[in-house]
Amino acid sequence: MLRLNVIPTAVFLLLCGTLPAAAANAAEGELKDLYFGEALYYAHQGEYFDAISRLDTELAQYYGLDEPNLNSLYHHIGSAEFSVGDFELYYRMHTRAGRAIKAVIEGNVEEAVRNEAIYRLAKIYYQKQQPLNALHTIERLQGKVPEKIRYEEPLLRAQIYMATGKFTDAINLLKDIEGADSLKGYTGYNLGVALFLSGNETGGIGQLDKVGQISASREQVQAMRDKANLVLGFRLLEAEQPALARQYLQRVRLQGPFSNKALLGAGWAAAANGEYDRALVPWTMLAERNITDRSVQEVMLGVPYAYGKLDIHGKAAILYGQALENYSREIERLDASITSIRQGNFLKAVIREELKKDKNWLVNLRELPDTPETYYLTQMMASHDFQESLKNYFDLSELEKRLQLWAGYLGAYEDIIRIRADYYEPLLPEVEAQFRALDSKMKLRIEQRDKLAKRLKKMLVSPRPDFLMTVDERLALQRIGLLETRLKQQGVNDDITRHRLARLKGVITWNISTEYHERFTEATEHLQELDEHIRKLNEIYQSFVRTRQAATQSYKGYDKPIQRLRIKIEQSLERIKVVMARQGHMIEVMAINELEQRRQRLEEYQVKARFAMAESYDRATKARQDQQKEIHTQ
Amino acid sequence: MKKNLHLLLLLCFSLVFVAVNAEEVTKEQIKGLDEQVQDIKKDVLGISAELNQLEETLLFPSNTQISFFVSLADKSGFEPDAIKLQLDNKDVAHHIYSFKEVEALQRGGLQRIFTGNVRSGEHSVSVSVIGKSGGSKQTETVTHKVTKGVGPQIVEIRLTSSGAEVRNW
Repeated sequence: MLRLNVIPTAVFLLLCGTLPAAAANAAEGELKDLYFGEALYYAHQGEYFDAISRLDTELAQYYGLDEPNLNSLYHHIGSAEFSVGDFELYYRMHTRAGRAIKAVIEGNVEEAVRNEAIYRLAKIYYQKQQPLNALHTIERLQGKVPEKIRYEEPLLRAQIYMATGKFTDAINLLKDIEGADSLKGYTGYNLGVALFLSGNETGGIGQLDKVGQISASREQVQAMRDKANLVLGFRLLEAEQPALARQYLQRVRLQGPFSNKALLGAGWAAAANGEYDRALVPWTMLAERNITDRSVQEVMLGVPYAYGKLDIHGKAAILYGQALENYSREIERLDASITSIRQGNFLKAVIREELKKDKNWLVNLRELPDTPETYYLTQMMASHDFQESLKNYFDLSELEKRLQLWAGYLGAYEDIIRIRADYYEPLLPEVEAQFRALDSKMKLRIEQRDKLAKRLKKMLVSPRPDFLMTVDERLALQRIGLLETRLKQQGVNDDITRHRLARLKGVITWNISTEYHERFTEATEHLQELDEHIRKLNEIYQSFVRTRQAATQSYKGYDKPIQRLRIKIEQSLERIKVVMARQGHMIEVMAINELEQRRQRLEEYQVKARFAMAESYDRATKARQDQQKEIHTQ
Repeated sequence: MKKNLHLLLLLCFSLVFVAVNAEEVTKEQIKGLDEQVQDIKKDVLGISAELNQLEETLLFPSNTQISFFVSLADKSGFEPDAIKLQLDNKDVAHHIYSFKEVEALQRGGLQRIFTGNVRSGEHSVSVSVIGKSGGSKQTETVTHKVTKGVGPQIVEIRLTSSGAEVRNW
């Protein structure tokens, strides 16, 4: 029977297509780090491995910086940390996601970011069926709740309260958010469940009745409406109120995920009232549907049963016979499926390349060609454990492909490094020698420039016109000095000559003294021009140093990292092989168990059908005999 | 009638029974294996991060690295079909967009369309975009100059309803 269960939030969010929450948030403001935007690009396509990998690399670089506040990721660091946890959650790395989100909560972040992180962590605990941890976490939430989880937060809180037996609190919360359009139908259904669980049967019925009459165009809301009616119908059927039950079951749409069960229930409700002719209406419709569905299999006994009750035993016997044939065919299909799964065909089918082109690959699995290994896939997918195991297997297969690809990359990288080494190694010693010669020349010239600059600076305080003489003036003074010495040595005491020399000397001294300021300005300008040349020289020098460094770095120092990566890749591949084999075996066991159960159930139906068919034949024969006897008597 | 209903419901709910199987899968086994899968994911992500860093230093050193990112302007209503990128008059990248890629761009994601190596100095960039805007088909080509400095150069190609804007970061 249908369980009165609360739908997990993740499933609902998945239906609403609101993933990933934090990623969407991060993109709201202006993006200042394009690499963060790239991670979001992958996340929005459901490619969480690439999103996490990109963001991990960015965060590692960010935290490795001396001044991270100068990095563009600084503007998004809160969101980036949060998003990494978010992506990990969707990549089903709950342990690491939990740790990342806890780090955000403990970190120095805004109230809104912390509250959202608390909400996410509580949700992880709730999904991992740890309601007490979820409760302790959600109770840490203080202050304003971010707008985008305005309704989701109280809904999660209510679900946690329900899981921890605090039904009254849950009911109060759900009543407050019942009107939220984004959760239409969903909140009301949960409120109905909470009322039932709190013991308020009448309230629960009233609430589910209300949900069962919601008018909506959205498929999700219509599905919730169907579910409410179905649950209510079966609950009333159990409470022996078939007439009322039928009223609810008839509200369920004829096409939809709950239609088969509703048709089956509607028939039983009519049959329970003794209205077998009415029961035949939904049952006949259901009997024409896909036989892999449990309700269809069951109704194959229901239809002849109703005919039998209407004393049409001949038709009943024929229909029991048809049911037997159908069950036999179905058992054959089950056997073929079991054999095919044992041969490993099922696992091969689910990791087909074309499936991963769509993020809804799990849904696409249902559209796989009708082969023995995939006949019952849709039904098996209803199990959460099976679905999760299948996703894990798929993820492992993807990781294996990545690692194999990377192993190939390493070989290519080694080729690149070898080619670069062959090219640069003979060139570099010659370049290095030329560089050293130029380097020493440069150093000398820069020293000279520094001396000049120092001298000019001193001249600002104590002027030295002689320092600013031109070469001609300096040579003329030297010649005057020589002439004076010669005159002295030769003992010439010619006043006219001495006077002429002194006048010439005076002219030079006059010139350099009177033109001192102009000359000083000119010298400073020349120094500035020189500085410009030196700046350009330095640029070329730095560019050369970088190029030389880049040339060396392009082939040196990679051996160890590549070797380390190769070992890691090999080890991971080995590990994946082992875990994949275990995971695959587990999936096969789960699938075969499910199919064996179906087989067993069909065998039971077969036994029932055989007995019922024999009984119907007997009754039909007896009825015919009675009829003939009556004719004969007449 | 009550007896009758009990019988019917018994048949109806006879679906719920547990078969005895040769091999059972327990919750602990599922959980244990799930934890191992999570561990592997963590290790492979670590390898991926190391490989990213290695690729960056080996293939695209910072002094020559240039990267082009494609973004979609807010509420532009523009839906790109395809894009072609030329750097210094050479085709370096082209891409045809899938529906989910367009959706990812519309939601604020940025696509790194090309990463390569160029010398320092000025380079010409040409971007050709084909797409739809307001139901009509649109083709646009824009040219731009990029000056590559010492560090890695990032260029954003922002697609809008009126074409593409190229800006240096």
